[in-house]
Amino acid sequence: MESIQRLFEQFFGTEWGSMLFSLATNVTFIFAIVVPLLLGVAYLTFAERKIIAYMQIRVGPNRVTFFGIPWLRGWGQPIADAVKALMKEIVIPTGANKFLFILAPILTIMPALAAWAVVPFSAELVLADINAGLLYILAMTSMGIYGVIIAGWASNSKYAFLGAMRSAAQVVSYELAMGFALVCVLMMSQSLNLGDIVNGQQGGSMLHWYLIPLFPMFLVYFISGVAETNRAPFDVAEGESEIVAGFHVDYSGMAFTVFFLAEYANMILVATLTALMFLGGWLPPLDIAPLNMIPGFIWLLIKIAFLLFFFLWFRATFPRYRYDQIMRLGWKVFIPITLVWIAVLGLIMQLPEAVRNDFPFNLWF
Amino acid sequence: MNFQDIIFYFFSAVLIASALGVITVRNPVYSALLLVLAFVTCAGLWLLLEAEFLAITLVLVYVGAVMVLFLFVVMMLDINLDKLREGFWKWFPLGGVVALVMVVEIAMIMFGNHFSLEEMPAPEPKAADYSNTKELGRVLYTEYVYAFELAAVLLLVAMVAAIALTLRQREDKKSLDIAKQVSVKKEDRLRIVSMPADKKNS
Repeated sequence: MESIQRLFEQFFGTEWGSMLFSLATNVTFIFAIVVPLLLGVAYLTFAERKIIAYMQIRVGPNRVTFFGIPWLRGWGQPIADAVKALMKEIVIPTGANKFLFILAPILTIMPALAAWAVVPFSAELVLADINAGLLYILAMTSMGIYGVIIAGWASNSKYAFLGAMRSAAQVVSYELAMGFALVCVLMMSQSLNLGDIVNGQQGGSMLHWYLIPLFPMFLVYFISGVAETNRAPFDVAEGESEIVAGFHVDYSGMAFTVFFLAEYANMILVATLTALMFLGGWLPPLDIAPLNMIPGFIWLLIKIAFLLFFFLWFRATFPRYRYDQIMRLGWKVFIPITLVWIAVLGLIMQLPEAVRNDFPFNLWF
Repeated sequence: MNFQDIIFYFFSAVLIASALGVITVRNPVYSALLLVLAFVTCAGLWLLLEAEFLAITLVLVYVGAVMVLFLFVVMMLDINLDKLREGFWKWFPLGGVVALVMVVEIAMIMFGNHFSLEEMPAPEPKAADYSNTKELGRVLYTEYVYAFELAAVLLLVAMVAAIALTLRQREDKKSLDIAKQVSVKKEDRLRIVSMPADKKNS
């Protein structure tokens, strides 16, 4: 590392060399995060098709394989899909606003990937270890909505526009509940840094995880996350039985695929954040011999996979919400619950020192 | 000129260009989107000043919530540009005077010595464990707690007022009673009739 830095400094001078060096290392790290993430997205689509297929007593994709190896049947499907999408023509409707039509998918995928900058993968492994990590993630995820709105408007189609409007109202409503749930998390951890939040759940067993004192918040956050990513049963923005495909009805080929990628990247992001904030991140469920020998990164992956399974399970199980019921759930159920829980947490934090040091409060506070 | 200066000038240029765009482009949707760009670049400038909490909150509140609703409204409205242009020259003198007063006011502050380099030196680089968020919270909840509470109450009043304005009791309204819907039992809706199986005549 240091020899490379010296090489940069020799070429570009001390100040510019170190700047360019940090730029180069950061770009390398970004690739190290984004490439596995996109691979994860590709295989999440495969997992979704397989899992939902088995839930519906079908087989799912089982044809495309690598080099004709029989036991890998189906595993080539995501690659084949990607190649197919790349080959397809991107049709831009005549009445569409060309510039915004192209900009919309980019604006969707940008925040979905940018939010990963502050996500820690283990105690040391994080690209940007910033103080206000949680806020940064909230800000980034709230920007994802622009792609949807602009796509709906730029397509110049009634269906797309309806989908965009629905999505905008839904995301803005659920963001509030999401934000309040995160307020509870940061009240517990007294930090906005994601690494510190995980470290606050240390203590030897899964009893210390924030899942237990914040269980209602866990549900609120996770369900809001499902709503925020426009997944079933909250997928009124797409609503294929009502408004064809919602905001991306006019998109084809790679432009559509970018929306698709962003949705799945957001799913993985929500699952990761839930794992970090409520399920102890990279901490093992019990700090004893065989469990704590498994690297933290693997534990995080297991938790993410577990939560992602719920996303797929929801989609296979629940019918789509009616629109007024979505709004009711967001405004009249989730926001009051979160507000009450903030007050309860505040009261607990104000308890006298002696009481807080007793069981069970000493586990978390 | 070092790296930071370049970033500063880049952000400033984008900020000024997009702010100009907000008031000059014809399409109101473009104008709202340019305002979003202005907010984001402004957040970038604030990050350069190590005000990361304010920068991220700017993006979170204005870009993530306020402008989404703005765009929502602008897109829903059927805006007739010709109608908007009506009476432009009639009101131009009044608008011009207001603009002039504002420019003079800004100039008085800017060219007074309140913001000169001697008065406002560049902030010193903070230690690595310095948390902007914590410092802001400490000041907000101790020194300025009354002002803070007052602002909160004002916002609450505005919120309640907005809801009260839209709340109308209508006789013929057809809204759902969720409690009623949820408490429906099978017996209320379903009548099970016992029917003997028909035999086929063959």
